Amino acid sequence: MKVILSGNEAIARGAYEAGVKVISSYPGTPSSEITDVAKGYKEIYCEWASNEKVALEVIIGASQSGVRGMTCMKHVGLNVAADPLMTLSYTGVNGGVVILVADDPNMFSSQNEQDSRHFARFAKVPMLEPSNSQEAKEFVGRAMEISEKFCTPVLLRSCTRLSHGAGVVSIADRVEVESKGLETNIPKWVMVPANARERHKIVEKRLIELGIFSDESDINRIEKGSDKVGVICSGVVYNYVKEALPEASILKLGMVWPLPLNLIKKFSKMVKKLYVVEELDNIIETELRSRGIKLGKLDRSFLGELSTDEVRKLFNKKLPKVSTVENLPGRPPSMCAGCSHRGIFYALNKLKLYVSGDIGCYTLGLLPPLSAIHSTVCMGASVSMAHGIDKGSNGEYAKKSVAVIGDSTFLHTGINGLLNSFYNRGQSTVIILDNTITGMTGHQPNPATGISIIGEPAPKVDILELCKGIGIKRVQRIDPFDVDQCLKVIKEEVDSEELSVIITNRPCIFADRTVIASPFYIDKDKCTGCRACTKIGCPAISWLKNEKRAYIDESICTGCGLCIKVCRFGAINQRGK
Amino acid sequence: MKSYNILVIGVGGQGSVLASDIICETALLENTDVKKSEVHGMAQRGGSVVSHVRIGEKVYSPTISLGDADYVVSLERMEFLRYMEFVSKKTILISNAQKIIPSSIINDAELYPDKDINLYKKNFKKSYEFDAFEVAKNLGNPRGVGVVMLGFLSVFLPFSKENWEKAISFKVPKKTIETNILVFRKGLEIGQNRLK
Repeated sequence: MKVILSGNEAIARGAYEAGVKVISSYPGTPSSEITDVAKGYKEIYCEWASNEKVALEVIIGASQSGVRGMTCMKHVGLNVAADPLMTLSYTGVNGGVVILVADDPNMFSSQNEQDSRHFARFAKVPMLEPSNSQEAKEFVGRAMEISEKFCTPVLLRSCTRLSHGAGVVSIADRVEVESKGLETNIPKWVMVPANARERHKIVEKRLIELGIFSDESDINRIEKGSDKVGVICSGVVYNYVKEALPEASILKLGMVWPLPLNLIKKFSKMVKKLYVVEELDNIIETELRSRGIKLGKLDRSFLGELSTDEVRKLFNKKLPKVSTVENLPGRPPSMCAGCSHRGIFYALNKLKLYVSGDIGCYTLGLLPPLSAIHSTVCMGASVSMAHGIDKGSNGEYAKKSVAVIGDSTFLHTGINGLLNSFYNRGQSTVIILDNTITGMTGHQPNPATGISIIGEPAPKVDILELCKGIGIKRVQRIDPFDVDQCLKVIKEEVDSEELSVIITNRPCIFADRTVIASPFYIDKDKCTGCRACTKIGCPAISWLKNEKRAYIDESICTGCGLCIKVCRFGAINQRGK
Repeated sequence: MKSYNILVIGVGGQGSVLASDIICETALLENTDVKKSEVHGMAQRGGSVVSHVRIGEKVYSPTISLGDADYVVSLERMEFLRYMEFVSKKTILISNAQKIIPSSIINDAELYPDKDINLYKKNFKKSYEFDAFEVAKNLGNPRGVGVVMLGFLSVFLPFSKENWEKAISFKVPKKTIETNILVFRKGLEIGQNRLK
């Protein structure tokens, strides 16, 4: 049967058809929907893990137990999971292991655009790269076969264009794969130096065998065209090359590591001029040049995405003249109306504090008029960076700065930083923006939500008790919509010469729709036009220039009540009250 | 079959992603190849949302090339201006007359680019504008703007009305199938009248 599937839906379908039994992932754009879709297949046990390293380790265990497992993450998630990956390469697998990594060229929703193909080389494991939804589905099964045949984890690389694109896919039934049973094999699984030295030999041998497989497998194929130009490409880039250079001969790589060197040599003899077209880093090109393969030079940028037009440009093809319109009023993303983060950022802006930010919706606190984020690096970094700011200034800057981090990010890797600050007698102030959900990636539950991946009641981590349990004395919950309380508590905690944690207590407006109350409106007669309410940056509040007063769009307002706390003239009232 | 490149543009929350999904589903029912590309993430937060839909015998790239759009369906009056690089003298514009004031000029709504809209409509082969929000609202389905627009678009595509309506019933929430088919038919009727 043929259906339309996004790349992510196709990968989930591929896991289903390939008999995968366990999926453990941490959400991250553009990979989140894979696990969100897979949870609908009752044959697969799915879970949201607390971070990517945990997720991969769960999958290693599932593999030891004898079944096929998969973990899905965004490119930066693989940095977190790199530690187990490097040694999993040595141990190999029992049941098949596939690690799906989704890159984000152009950084639509990421803090960097690292190229995950480096990890395949680094960890000495194979990597497959599908070019469309159909292949995205098929390659999960092929990756599982390779994983079990060569006793290795397999990286499956997607990217935003594939994961969030869609196409026609032929679907099939699930093929159950029987469990191999729990594997006891000390020299294989216990990576003490003596064993690891032996396993490293196996890794090197495996890489040679995988190279032969890569040469012989139909996952890499030559599409014969003109003998003038030959192009080596893979993934979504293949599609751009097909359209930009319809005459060219193409070597389409489905397996991008290890490279099929003999096939490439054969291909190079078929064409007069050989090129590599790849997105982001020049990994294939560098490897082939080091092997003495002659390649034509392309003036290609390492930044952002390719496209059919970009490939045309590389080959000096004429592009049509088109116009663009400059200086259009933008539609920047903003915190939603009713967002529980808004009150905190309003207070931080008022107090003029230096704010170490983290990864999540609250990064939008950067935008005016809230303008209260001074750094964003990676998951969990806010807490440890605030500690560094404290220690680097002998405590002076601890009185001028805070860390802000969401509940999911705190439980991901923020808690490690907090343990460190406590142990090393830090005096920073950590604000945990607990909205009970992983917001930016599509509202996935986390260990502090109280709901399981499939929406059932689940054990709930109490973040306040967790922080107290560490031994931190100054821990309290506050209401982020109570501006006066926010200002007072944040000031006190920043001034104190002890480590302190402030936790907010309002859910994400999408996590709990029951908190939506009747909307507010502005009393025309009482509004003095002071514009205080426009400074909270709520998308429901706008300024009527001609009437010189504020206006609330009641169709957007969720009735959070933050605006009435900043209006000194009692001009804002709630409908029905 | 002839190939069709369709750009569906809207503001987060308007339903442009659903509309492009329905086009893909209809193409599948018509047994032709189709690919779609869009970037999620900011859709919920009032950002500009664009979906590329490509239909043909065999589609490779999921995105449309410069100047290569056949149809631009703009669910908001100004949004098409952000994607003029896909427009050439072969492109037909179907736009919703509804204005959604961007947050960046929420304090100064007169900066809305009415002049540019009129100026750049001349770059199209032909442009059609009507108030799809009004149509949807009057039929009791204010969230059906995208489906009204599809009704208008359907006049130009070689797909059967049955398949469009089948695709709509697959893709929209069960409770809203009837009212979505209603607004689709209205959009189609408006399109047919405008093309007479």
